[in-house]
Amino acid sequence: MRSSVIVFPGSNCDRDISVALEKMQFKNQMVWHKDTVLPKSDLIVIPGGFSYGDYLRSGAIAGKSLIIDEVIKAANSGCLILGICNGFQILTETGLLKGTLLRNKNLKFINKDVNIKVTNNNTKFTSKYKANQILKINIAHNEGNYFTDRNHLDELCKDNLIAFKYCDEKGNINMESNPNGAIENIAGIYNPKKNILGMMPHPERMIDNLISNTDGADLFLSILN
Amino acid sequence: MEITKKIIEKHGLKLEEYKNIQKLMRRDPNLLELGIFSAMWNEHCSYKSSRLHLKKLPTTGNQVIQGPGENAGVIDIGDNDAIVFKIESHNHPSYIEPYQGAATGVGGILRDVFTMGARPIALLNSIHFGSPEHPKTKSLLNGVVSGIGGYGNCIGIPTVAGETKFNETYNENILVNAMAVGHAKIDRIFYSKAKGVGKAVVYVGSKTGRDGIHGASMASAEFDENSDEKKPTVQVGDPFTEKLLLEACLELMRDDSIIAIQDMGAAGLTSSSVEMASKGSLGIELELDKVPCREENMTPYEMMLSESQERMLIILEDGKEDHARKIFKKWDLDFVVIGKTTNTKKLTLKFNKVIQGEIPIDALASKAPVYDRKLVRKKSSNSKVDIKKFGKIKIEDALIKILSSPNHSSKNWITEQYDQMVMCDTAKKSGSDAAIIRIHNKDKAIAVSVDSSANYCKADPLTGGKQIVCENWRNLIAVGAKPLAITNCLNFGNPENKVIMGEFADCLEGIKKACEFLNYPVVSGNVSFYNGTNKKNIFPTPVIGGVGLIKKLSEPVSHKFKELNSVIILVGKTFGHLGQSCFLKENFSVIDGKPPEINLINEKNNGETVLELINQNLINSAHDVSNGGLILALSEMAIGSNLGLKVEKNKNLRNLIEFFFGEDQGRYILEVKRNKLAYVEKILKSYNIHFEKIGFTQKKYFEIEGEMKTDINDLFKINNQWYNNY
Repeated sequence: MRSSVIVFPGSNCDRDISVALEKMQFKNQMVWHKDTVLPKSDLIVIPGGFSYGDYLRSGAIAGKSLIIDEVIKAANSGCLILGICNGFQILTETGLLKGTLLRNKNLKFINKDVNIKVTNNNTKFTSKYKANQILKINIAHNEGNYFTDRNHLDELCKDNLIAFKYCDEKGNINMESNPNGAIENIAGIYNPKKNILGMMPHPERMIDNLISNTDGADLFLSILN
Repeated sequence: MEITKKIIEKHGLKLEEYKNIQKLMRRDPNLLELGIFSAMWNEHCSYKSSRLHLKKLPTTGNQVIQGPGENAGVIDIGDNDAIVFKIESHNHPSYIEPYQGAATGVGGILRDVFTMGARPIALLNSIHFGSPEHPKTKSLLNGVVSGIGGYGNCIGIPTVAGETKFNETYNENILVNAMAVGHAKIDRIFYSKAKGVGKAVVYVGSKTGRDGIHGASMASAEFDENSDEKKPTVQVGDPFTEKLLLEACLELMRDDSIIAIQDMGAAGLTSSSVEMASKGSLGIELELDKVPCREENMTPYEMMLSESQERMLIILEDGKEDHARKIFKKWDLDFVVIGKTTNTKKLTLKFNKVIQGEIPIDALASKAPVYDRKLVRKKSSNSKVDIKKFGKIKIEDALIKILSSPNHSSKNWITEQYDQMVMCDTAKKSGSDAAIIRIHNKDKAIAVSVDSSANYCKADPLTGGKQIVCENWRNLIAVGAKPLAITNCLNFGNPENKVIMGEFADCLEGIKKACEFLNYPVVSGNVSFYNGTNKKNIFPTPVIGGVGLIKKLSEPVSHKFKELNSVIILVGKTFGHLGQSCFLKENFSVIDGKPPEINLINEKNNGETVLELINQNLINSAHDVSNGGLILALSEMAIGSNLGLKVEKNKNLRNLIEFFFGEDQGRYILEVKRNKLAYVEKILKSYNIHFEKIGFTQKKYFEIEGEMKTDINDLFKINNQWYNNY
């Protein structure tokens, strides 16, 4: 399977995701943001980091860059798109995903392992997970507080477009297990066609037991499937 | 413009120093030249008070590729891999403007590391604040922590370890020391020594603004009640640009285009150009009208003294200009040839083709003043602390007092604001010992730790100096790393004060002794004097940053207990030393007595044996015993792991308070599987190591037979509540 990772100035999880993809046997290419042609890809990843220093608003400048037009075209033709952390923020800025990511409710950067629940395992990104499986996964962000309007939230719930929700070790979804104030504890969402996933947690950080755990591996294996 | 006495003083120069300048110049300097002298001759850049003492430190060894004198130290970890590292202070700017001061401290030390061709792989910090009750402490603390995180998180280098301490000695002068660690290939290390005449001198990175002018001079003077007015001397950080600069520099470093490279840190364009020329015994000519400026109508004086961040000076090989320009253009960074190397051995500054200033390089560098300052040495106190006079206290109450104190409560609320995981090689995050960073794509890893003990150093600078080196060494051992070398950041008061200078000399003597004995050389470092306000000096606070090697990382050893019913062994002799202890300080607000003695022979023997046990995979978990004594170390092991323990009654126990809270050095706690116990004991005996079996791990309770039995969840809560209530 061919994957492309888009690199913006200030991206800093680009190497991490490419290591993960290659470990999972993807044929990966790095794509510079000034490029105007996307290599043929089955998966496009927009990595985490601080594209353009998060200046103006996180993801705002990257969302207007040259390569993004190509990403939108690919998305519309059904290519799988994965936006992680800053990548999720960029996807909301491009309009490929609805809603927005506000500052964490404690107004501080948060880096820690949290639990998330796989709320929909019937997608191309999550088929290897069990329904309602609980993952321990690292978050690292300043603006991860997902917010959207009532209509969109209804649509997310009705069409099963919520990918992951923050929960506690036992799977309870409550205020205590919500690290950043996200509405309905949302940690990741799909577009209506479910070919685009935006998520705040970092699956690429969870593929190696020596460093963390391997709870992120099945996300990549699902895509390969 | 006539150089008046007032102008000279404003530049932080003494009158004798000015006379010396006249002599070296054989004329009066103009204002631009005076500014350049002040930038190069201040304490921060010239090390004029410390140089004679620093010379005594051991700086060599088989593992050392580059010792002090370059942008950072370099050590060999085998297979053509090198580790490049350094620690630096940003105390003065952080007190004036905590967020930017701390952020640019991180940015500056990162540049020192990647200037040498290394990709930074870890950041550490040692931050010291005044008493939590002091009105400024809370905002300084929050500002510094956000600044450190803001820079490191954005540039994408994990902040993996550090220490945060509170002590009223820092009420008016906080300490912010940042350390960066990078990885390079031994055959691709870059230095700052210029070579060849007529080579292009290139300016890359951010534009020059008016920020940070006289920053280094500001850092070379005490504060007074008007220190807030110094805000404009603090630089503003831009981690995004630094990320671009990092990637662009590393890209250019893939081939042989660069002759020499130097970051523009303290004293900006001045010190970078002078240092490169001085090391190469060359001259350098700059055309200042070509310097990319952020603001209009900047004068040569402002350009030469600006400390704008995220800038580098590069000397390029002939014919490499276009190639290099292309790379910097790709990263949207300025790239301008602003001068050339010459054979004049002078710094020549032109503006619109007219010479504005010309100074012999050696007047700025090798002929800068060196002072053998007067010093008085402190007599070490012999007073022994008599605990009987403090009345009875329950062990549990004393432990709770310590666990809930600002200095010993959990710092998770700080470390969670730093990205510790980015780059995906952090095998062990910061905890109470060292952090472990895997070398990318390799089996091996390094361990890193920063440590300081200001109270010990104040009470007895010589012993304190030894102790911090040993504690740092121990922290690396406890995670299974062979300690290789250190960097040090020497934070002291006013060197013109004989007592302070005595503290400095003694601390250094202690560091030297320990480093020599442990074969633990100093490869880089930084001195920060004038830490004080209105003649009140801080406690002597040398900070040691150590790097160790783990040859094959299988499963990282940590201080967290691993399994039920394993045996707990205390390695090293317990005398029950309570002088300068955290027991006295937290329970009785007493800071008294002498610090615990260091026995270097035992230290080395105990450490090397523990390392061997860990390497042979005989140890479940390990922790060094330091501040707070045995009981605090045990509670950290339990709290971190969610496993309890039981310390059994032992008739040999002396006074229980002394046993549990004494801070005797050279000790470790080891958790050993029962089926490996006999073998471990055999090894310990064969090396003549003093050890005692003190108990075993159990479920749920932290128990000392006959004294206390507390749920570890309660200890966890106690340990985590301080900041929530702050």
